[in-house]
Amino acid sequence: MRRNDALIGWLFIAPQVLGFAAFVLWPLISVFWNSFYRTNLLSGISTFAGVGNYQQLVTDPVSPTVARVTFFFCIGLVVLNLGLAMLLAVLLNQRLRGAAVFRTVFFSPVVVSLVAWTIVWNFLLQDNGGINSLLHVVGVDGPNWLRGDTTALVSVIVVQVIKNVGLNMVLFLAALRGVPRPLLEAAEIDGAGPWRRFRSIVFPMISPTTLLAAIVTVSGSLQVFAQIQILTGGGPADSTNVLVYYFYQQAFQNHDFGYGSALAVVLFLIILALTLAQWRLRRRWVFHES
Amino acid sequence: MSRKVLLYTGLVLLAVPFLFPTWWMITASLLPANEVLSFPPKLFPTSPQWVNYAQAFGEYPLARQYFNSLYIAAAVTAGTMVVASFAGYAFARIRFHGEKLFVLVLSGLLIPSEVTIIPMFRMVDALGLTDTHWPLIIVPVFGAPGVLGTFVMRQFFLAVPDELEEAGRLDGLGRFGLFRRIALPIARPALAAVAIFTFLNSWNMFLEPLVYLSDKNLFTLPLALTQYVDAYGGHLWNIQLAAAVTTVLPVLAVFAVAQRQFVESLAQTGLKG
Repeated sequence: MRRNDALIGWLFIAPQVLGFAAFVLWPLISVFWNSFYRTNLLSGISTFAGVGNYQQLVTDPVSPTVARVTFFFCIGLVVLNLGLAMLLAVLLNQRLRGAAVFRTVFFSPVVVSLVAWTIVWNFLLQDNGGINSLLHVVGVDGPNWLRGDTTALVSVIVVQVIKNVGLNMVLFLAALRGVPRPLLEAAEIDGAGPWRRFRSIVFPMISPTTLLAAIVTVSGSLQVFAQIQILTGGGPADSTNVLVYYFYQQAFQNHDFGYGSALAVVLFLIILALTLAQWRLRRRWVFHES
Repeated sequence: MSRKVLLYTGLVLLAVPFLFPTWWMITASLLPANEVLSFPPKLFPTSPQWVNYAQAFGEYPLARQYFNSLYIAAAVTAGTMVVASFAGYAFARIRFHGEKLFVLVLSGLLIPSEVTIIPMFRMVDALGLTDTHWPLIIVPVFGAPGVLGTFVMRQFFLAVPDELEEAGRLDGLGRFGLFRRIALPIARPALAAVAIFTFLNSWNMFLEPLVYLSDKNLFTLPLALTQYVDAYGGHLWNIQLAAAVTTVLPVLAVFAVAQRQFVESLAQTGLKG
């Protein structure tokens, strides 16, 4: 039985492991390898370039902008997403009639297809689109959202947060249910106000969920592509050109596979480093392990 | 009392940006072209222009693209469910050296498809498979979405009590029988979770079709939706939004019926961003 078991085990995992090797592992090694080569697209010949592509990364005049935009995009998205998710979860965790309906409403954009969602917002955010029409009704002259440096970046962040905040809200709701009510009632008797109860009891107790949500959201924010492509195309003047979009431009619009590979490697290393760092932080920051 | 009123007011205000876009998508899809960006904005179509939908399907290969998206997502989902339940079962319940490969496979979750798409594109190109649906079907089954499926199945099978399989063994079932007759039938909730997030992931795929496809008849819906522009690059908003509505409503309808499963599936796995 045991030997037979092992054989069947190998057969069972074979498709997943072989497929993983062919379509994930090999391409990952290959992208590192490619990043040290320069490919001439006319001749199709690759020549060894050493760290040339990485040197280009340092001297590329667009690099600092991409780095800055990516940083602010990630920070803005994660802070706004987690903050709003926590707020919605706390509001819906009150004993409240109709809470289930609101939960459905806040979750619904998650299942709306991403491109359709982005197209509606593209329509709403036009200079003469729905948002500005509504603002005009109340006497405010709205900006051309997607054409201003700051407003474009903020718009992309907000559109993405509203799309997916429902996921983290659901996670936080489940975590809030795990906070024992007697503890909160005792604190109330001791004179702790709502904010104090949240800060000293609820927040520390849901910190494992916060960490998990932060990891998923950070690495997700580094992969936001379709939204940028549809809303701004990375503009105006690269003000929304995040790393993954710049990677796409270099690899598939300029057809520079060598430089594109170097950018992909950087993207991978950032995701890896952030995830590992957050797991390490867990020990110090998280109050208890569930 | 006033606290309740305040709470409801806050929730209703917060709900506006979540509901309004879908509402406006439907409204604008039924407006004539010259009223789409009119002022004051129309919140109800006074004379619904169903012709927008006829145009979206009649003047563009939308029906064909719809079929592409559906069958690709169905194939990816079926493939992932098979591969993930076999692998998830073996990783969870069979004691053998292959177990150690689980951590390696799990690392796939840290490797987004963007990172590997250059070598994948070159491989697909070398095999002459650009402008086919093969890369859109095969790669997700084994890439990050498939790995997530294997992970979810493994977690489920880990929690299956030993006594259940012991009973099956006494009834003379071999390893495959234990998997097929005991473990798989009770794994339905996990399989449903895998099916939901795999289907939606494929349904929403954007970068891969953008990179691999150039023939409009082969496009999937997300890519197809971006094509509604006139000869000068101006947006044909009402027609584009009509097409968008047709991609959103079916999913929302299924969501309305199976809300709990959707929430559980998507919340435990997490989508992008």
